[in-house]
Amino acid sequence: MSSHSAEVHAPVFVGATLAKLEALYPKYPTRMALLLPALWMVQEERGWVSDGAIHEVAEKLELTPAYIRGVITFYTMYHTHPVGRHFIQVCTTSPCNICGAEAVARALLEHTGCGELGATSPDGRFTVMEVECLGACGFTTPMLIDDDFIEGVTVESVPALLARYP
Amino acid sequence: MGYPHPIHPKETPVLSTHFGDAGARTFDGWTSRGGYVALKKALTMTPEQIVDEVKASGLRGRGGAGFPTGLKWSFMPKEDGKVHYLCCNADESEPGTFKDREIIRWTPHALIEGCAIGALAIRAEVAYIYIRGEYTEPCTILQRAVDEAYAAGALGANAFGSGKRLEVIVHRGAGAYICGEETALMNSLEGRRGNPRIKPPFPAVAGLFGLPTTINNVETLAAVPHILNRGAAWYAGLMLGNPKSTGTKLISVCGHVQRPGTYEITLGLPMKELIFDACGGMLPGRTLKAVIPGGSSVPIMTPEEVETCVTDYEGIAAAGSLLGSGGMIVMDDTTDMVYQIMRLARFYAHESCAQCTNCREGTGWTTRILERIVRGEGKPSDLDLLMDLAENMTGKTICVLSDSCATPVVSGIQKFRSEFEAYLSGARAPVLVGV
Repeated sequence: MSSHSAEVHAPVFVGATLAKLEALYPKYPTRMALLLPALWMVQEERGWVSDGAIHEVAEKLELTPAYIRGVITFYTMYHTHPVGRHFIQVCTTSPCNICGAEAVARALLEHTGCGELGATSPDGRFTVMEVECLGACGFTTPMLIDDDFIEGVTVESVPALLARYP
Repeated sequence: MGYPHPIHPKETPVLSTHFGDAGARTFDGWTSRGGYVALKKALTMTPEQIVDEVKASGLRGRGGAGFPTGLKWSFMPKEDGKVHYLCCNADESEPGTFKDREIIRWTPHALIEGCAIGALAIRAEVAYIYIRGEYTEPCTILQRAVDEAYAAGALGANAFGSGKRLEVIVHRGAGAYICGEETALMNSLEGRRGNPRIKPPFPAVAGLFGLPTTINNVETLAAVPHILNRGAAWYAGLMLGNPKSTGTKLISVCGHVQRPGTYEITLGLPMKELIFDACGGMLPGRTLKAVIPGGSSVPIMTPEEVETCVTDYEGIAAAGSLLGSGGMIVMDDTTDMVYQIMRLARFYAHESCAQCTNCREGTGWTTRILERIVRGEGKPSDLDLLMDLAENMTGKTICVLSDSCATPVVSGIQKFRSEFEAYLSGARAPVLVGV
């Protein structure tokens, strides 16, 4: 069991969030097809997908928690543990790599205080991840901070960009 | 247009005409630019008429495989009494490719209209657009446009008062390269892990939710309204001498060129005119070293191969590579080919779904061998070992991810062997791997 399993889970799917999920039911012929959308709703509300949330989604969509864990771990964008207040994804695959993306990633690690990829800064403000392509290869180096897509990041522009995310 | 650059004389803007024009994003803006005329026309046509028009245009799939679109649609069963689905592949996850993003960001209604027409052509009422999770801004823009299209009555139970039901549903992925493979995409949409499926059965027989399904790329569907508006003959006439490669193609050019961006060319344009004229050529003082013309999965080309290559399906194949998705990665003489091939292998190792042994093991072994070469710990036998591995990774798995990992390794060793040997002999100093 994960160290987070002792939490008391406050349901995500109540009120407007429940209505949002139920509005999707008629758009798909199965409940299982709502799994990715439901997990996105959890992450938007809570910042990550906890064990309690997995059980809640399982009940809502008539799936088993083990099945859901299997799906979550296939995808890179769902967090199965808490991350920093701002989640940074920077591309370092070849098209970006040849234009200096690794230096940008190193600058992000340094200026956020994260130190290493996947770690959260001691102040809880940032987590930095290297990702495999953001589909913006002509605008090196691209990165996502939370849902904000930022193009043309350079080593020099990193400190000012981070300052916008307190 | 060469977004974010102005239209270059070597371009033929059709799909990209309104890139950069935020006014084209709204329903009213799109309508005032000639939008939704094609859908209204399609609503008066039979599925056969739509399929025949697209067949006659010569349009081929723009996602990478280049399969004739009209023919693909014609594989869908008729009068089978089953629900049919259209899936639009907006996963655009092939490194080097960022063209569909501009279609979605600037002309979302072009895609919605293309999806609606495609659905009519295959007797479907529902089209799902599967968009990659990282495309936060495009996804928001697309969802807003879909909502507008419903509000305006273009979509819904009675599309434009035709009595026909047309639904377009945006479905967000969650970070997995392989979900751009069509059967993996369907599994993902169904709420499963994105593992590719064994074919047959092909999607036209048993696809999404086990029902007849067609999957088309964003650019393919966005071209369809233009074909209905201006006619198949007009589209088929957009070519430069090769009637098998008709129409325009978006080429997203990245890497070491003066003006990276998304360019729209008539198929058949000489590759060097695209790179050296439209994109402005190399950075000052640099020379061309290599081009990966169709997304990271296709063979690497040398400057000599680029020199005479025409940019269309057959032209790039004749030069030993593939047009693929049209994601063109240009590398100059500062590029460490061994390091970049290692990075590509690492990408595929990270993205392997691990169903098939040859891929699961092969992508990992290939990456670790390339990493040790770069670290200065390679063995003289490593290049033969890499080639042997590549052979065992090609044509042996459910999908082509494994082949895609082998491709740059093989073409890299064949065409840039001296760079590998420099690492192996110690003539080149080892480098640290990664961030």
